Amino acid sequence: MTVTVHTAAALALGDDALVLSHRLGEWSGHAPVLEEEVALANIALDLLGQARILLSMAGDEDELAYLREERAFRNLQLVEQPNGDFAHTIARQLYFSTYQRLLYAHLAAGEGEFAGLAAKAVKEVAYHQDHAEQWTLRLGDGTEVSHERMQRGCDALWRFTGEMFEPVEGVDVDWAELKEAWRESVGGLLRRATLEVPEGPQSGAWTAGAGRQGLHTEPFGRMLAEMQHLHRSHPGASW
Amino acid sequence: MTARQVGSSAEDGAPPGRRAHGDLQELFDETIARDQRIEPRDWMPDGYRKTLIRQVAQHAHSEIIGMQPEGEWITRAPSLRRKAILFAKVQDEAGHGLYLYSAAETLGADRADLTQRLIEGRQKYSSIFNYPTPTFADVGVIGWLVDGAAICNQVPLCRSSYGPYARAMVRICKEESFHQRQGYELLMTMMRGTGAQREMVQDAVNRWWWPSLMMFGPPDEDSPNSARSMAWKIKRHSNDELRQRFVDMTVPQAEKLGVTLPDPELRWNEERGRYDFGTPDWAELKRVISGDGPCNAERVARRRAAHEEGVWVREAAAAHAAKRAARQRKGVAA
Repeated sequence: MTVTVHTAAALALGDDALVLSHRLGEWSGHAPVLEEEVALANIALDLLGQARILLSMAGDEDELAYLREERAFRNLQLVEQPNGDFAHTIARQLYFSTYQRLLYAHLAAGEGEFAGLAAKAVKEVAYHQDHAEQWTLRLGDGTEVSHERMQRGCDALWRFTGEMFEPVEGVDVDWAELKEAWRESVGGLLRRATLEVPEGPQSGAWTAGAGRQGLHTEPFGRMLAEMQHLHRSHPGASW
Repeated sequence: MTARQVGSSAEDGAPPGRRAHGDLQELFDETIARDQRIEPRDWMPDGYRKTLIRQVAQHAHSEIIGMQPEGEWITRAPSLRRKAILFAKVQDEAGHGLYLYSAAETLGADRADLTQRLIEGRQKYSSIFNYPTPTFADVGVIGWLVDGAAICNQVPLCRSSYGPYARAMVRICKEESFHQRQGYELLMTMMRGTGAQREMVQDAVNRWWWPSLMMFGPPDEDSPNSARSMAWKIKRHSNDELRQRFVDMTVPQAEKLGVTLPDPELRWNEERGRYDFGTPDWAELKRVISGDGPCNAERVARRRAAHEEGVWVREAAAAHAAKRAARQRKGVAA
């Protein structure tokens, strides 16, 4: 595969959506209420749809999803983080969907090659963000137990948020401005949810942006093993 | 006058007990006889209400437990297209469960209570979901055979005498037949694939065929509730009749697919114009229904765990809603 600026950008955005979709799929049958079975599957399905379009811009979607090894994936470390409890999952959703909505709204307004995809996806992502915000409010400003769990989820994932604003080659956006808008949106929402805005470094597991270079956290390899095993066990088969 | 009008006139302030029980029963019987629908506010015999609550709740539970065997494969689906189809299907099933719990609630049942009954093993769900899905071909076979059997069962329920149930079934059947086609299409793709894929399909068909036939319930002579449910037009056909329809519909599909069905007695009967087939292992069905199937323990344990692990989330949602309402009241007062 020749990695051009175009494919690198499509892979970065596509891998984010693919990996987060997969993590949400792990909730199937485990959600705290039936309505959330529907909602989480719905969000996962939207993300998978985005991933398929983006990966197809970079090559063959199945080859890219199933035959790359860990070091070749370009997703953020944030989206590969294990689900944890429901609050942890919601914190991950809040951080990512806010980022994705701001980014896609910007791309949709431009004339770049991702404008068409972003215009369609931003409507879905607005729903994802609303879902994450509503749950952050419910859990943060719910019971003592839920407040504490929500705070813990926000704190634990905070360090993975810096990498979202490391420039991706081929994605035309003012990253510093994006980060500012993100902090404002997430900060405001956390305060409304009676939560503290975390203060620690946003440096990621290696360095911020390492995921974009194929350096991932340990749980990711296991996730790929599960995701890819059947496809890899039957080389050349169609499904 | 229909039973519905009786219900509303009572609400309009007619003194209670003005209509004798016998009149109500007569109106109910007439409504059923005319193939009209019973609606939530109508008078209905206690037995009718109880039977319906049991059937609709077990139907809802089946949708929810039924998410598990296929949900197993979401994270392992071998192509992104199949993964998207699985996500959509499992999501639909959760939606079907929600419609059906709503239908049960129109009868005075309470969803939380029904859930409790499910996780305590006091209410049942379809026997079929106690079988495991060890290969990806199982996903296709569940679509083809299990959803196929469900459709045979459910299409007549679209004319069930209880309105909310019948209307839920109309929506559900549309989605189910879509799932069934997708399952069959997966199997077609696999049968045109490698030798290993074809073997995987045949193996899955061998494992699911008999359990699918058992989805129609015990044979008619051993199905005590059937006669009453049919008299009330909750159910429109007997177990054996539906089972026969399923076999007649499925055998040509198996031929087209290029798989064999694991029944040496299966053959066309010219005289009847239907297929003859062997006898399912009714002892196995009894075991599975009474909780001793291959996955009963795991299925219920998973549901119970999701429910228990979700307690704090549901409590948070309730607490937040209460706080919001209190703030709103204060705002209005101020």
